[in-house]
Amino acid sequence: MALSIDNPTDSAIDTHASAGSDLPVRSAVIKRHGVFTRIWHWVNALCLLVLLMSGLQIFNAHPALYWGHGSTFAHPVLAIGAYRAADGQPVGTLDIGHHRFITTGVLGVSSDNGQTVARAFPSWATLPGSQWLSLGREWHFTAAWVFTAMLVSYLIYSVISGRRRRLIAPTSRDARTFGHAIVEHLRFRFERVRHYNPLQKLTYLAVLFGLLPLMIATGLSMSPTMDAAWPWLPAVLGGHQSARTLHFISAFLLFGFFLVHVALVLVSGLFNNLRSMTTGGYRIADASEDESNRQGKRRS
Amino acid sequence: MKPQNDKTGLIVPDVARRRLIAGLATGFGALGASVLLGGCDRLVTSDAAQRVVGSTQKLTQAAQRLVASRESLAREFDASQIAPTFRTNGTTNPQQAAYRRLLADGFSDWQLRVGGLVERPASFSLAALKAMPSRTQITRHDCVEGWSCIGQWTGVPLTQILDAVRPQDAARYVIFHCADHVYGAATPYYESLDMVEAHHPQTILAYGLNRQTLPVANGAPLRLRAERQLGYKQAKYLMQIELVDSFASIQGGKGGWWEDRGYQWWAGI
Repeated sequence: MALSIDNPTDSAIDTHASAGSDLPVRSAVIKRHGVFTRIWHWVNALCLLVLLMSGLQIFNAHPALYWGHGSTFAHPVLAIGAYRAADGQPVGTLDIGHHRFITTGVLGVSSDNGQTVARAFPSWATLPGSQWLSLGREWHFTAAWVFTAMLVSYLIYSVISGRRRRLIAPTSRDARTFGHAIVEHLRFRFERVRHYNPLQKLTYLAVLFGLLPLMIATGLSMSPTMDAAWPWLPAVLGGHQSARTLHFISAFLLFGFFLVHVALVLVSGLFNNLRSMTTGGYRIADASEDESNRQGKRRS
Repeated sequence: MKPQNDKTGLIVPDVARRRLIAGLATGFGALGASVLLGGCDRLVTSDAAQRVVGSTQKLTQAAQRLVASRESLAREFDASQIAPTFRTNGTTNPQQAAYRRLLADGFSDWQLRVGGLVERPASFSLAALKAMPSRTQITRHDCVEGWSCIGQWTGVPLTQILDAVRPQDAARYVIFHCADHVYGAATPYYESLDMVEAHHPQTILAYGLNRQTLPVANGAPLRLRAERQLGYKQAKYLMQIELVDSFASIQGGKGGWWEDRGYQWWAGI
């Protein structure tokens, strides 16, 4: 049965008293993530990497963003460009509104195999590395298919699975401990407990049900056939070019999420976190407190 | 690995910070190493990978045909939304002698030849096309590069031309042969649509842009508008329309000038 991967018993793999402790604190390994979550996580990570890098390749074909239905070429919201300075040296620029940032070396002008080239995002950030729009598009759409199919099934799973709901659904306790969670994060103190803290829940909910679906919606509305099929889609997003801009912004919000996510995985116990996303096992600090918190739900 | 924690089960902050720094250093190191190796790029651009990622366009086409009905229309805009200048790209001024001669005479000698798998091959002068019932539409042109431009197009629905020449049952694609050689290529530009897109109500052969005669830069005397497809489908400088059962024997065999150079035949996305 499909739901058997979501067995709610969470039997502890092992427990032991921490050595050299005066207090009888017992840590225990619980099963944090089901097999579907673990597979989804890693396939999704690969998809997002391909989507980001091929997306930057596509962006390089016309490195400017606009707001509205059509492009207002003289007034982009954001543009990456290059010019030659008086001394003949190429200069890379990033224009956001009326603000210009000199970005030589990374944006606008960068080095590719020792050659200085004028391209928006540098070759190490794009897929493929060279300027190759058609192949970048094919990788992008292929990864988008896998990503979309996985996300739709995962969101359905997240709603119907007891384990996922218990892990990420906010509770009234989360509202009460919200301030405490912020303070603990700022102090780089991370409790190893069974459930996600309120900040984790909010972040994962916003990414899973907000940012990731927004990537798909804004991506679809860049397709002229989809715009004809679902004219409401570009309309609610403010127009075709607005959708393209939102797609770009959402991609960078996701990249920001990725950076914070990796940083927090590193500081809150790299091994324990990696284990919970590979074998599913996650060591919590205090099994006895956990047991009393769970109000006898545990069978073993 | 023994988890580093004190009696309260909290990660010690200093340890956490050290780990963050070490982790970030490792991450950037790994990134640098992967760039140096460049093995990833060889995999991404390999023939096998290109075949795999290229095959998903069939899935995309099938899915889009499923959700977009034959008749679903591209959005039409208000006159106030028309771009001040319609951006041009590709060829903007064909230099071929034959085209220059036609242009010099105001296209009075120009004829659109329509043939191939049809019952009644025919040629249409510009005057004859302009005498036919026309359609005017203010639509958004979406370039594969990512920019969009709104313009008002006036022309003959392609359906009317097809009705006049009566396609044979075997006809599956409409090929548009053009006068221009993009970037000085040896062979002229061409494009193709299947019969669904060819019969779409907004698929027109346009001779007018923004209430004016179609300028040379935008494809004079006649260009294709297929409004549910990307810009490279909108063939300019039309000379001949040919109905075929397969485009395998035409130029590179992929159904279009850009398609022969790696772009997808399905230009709905």
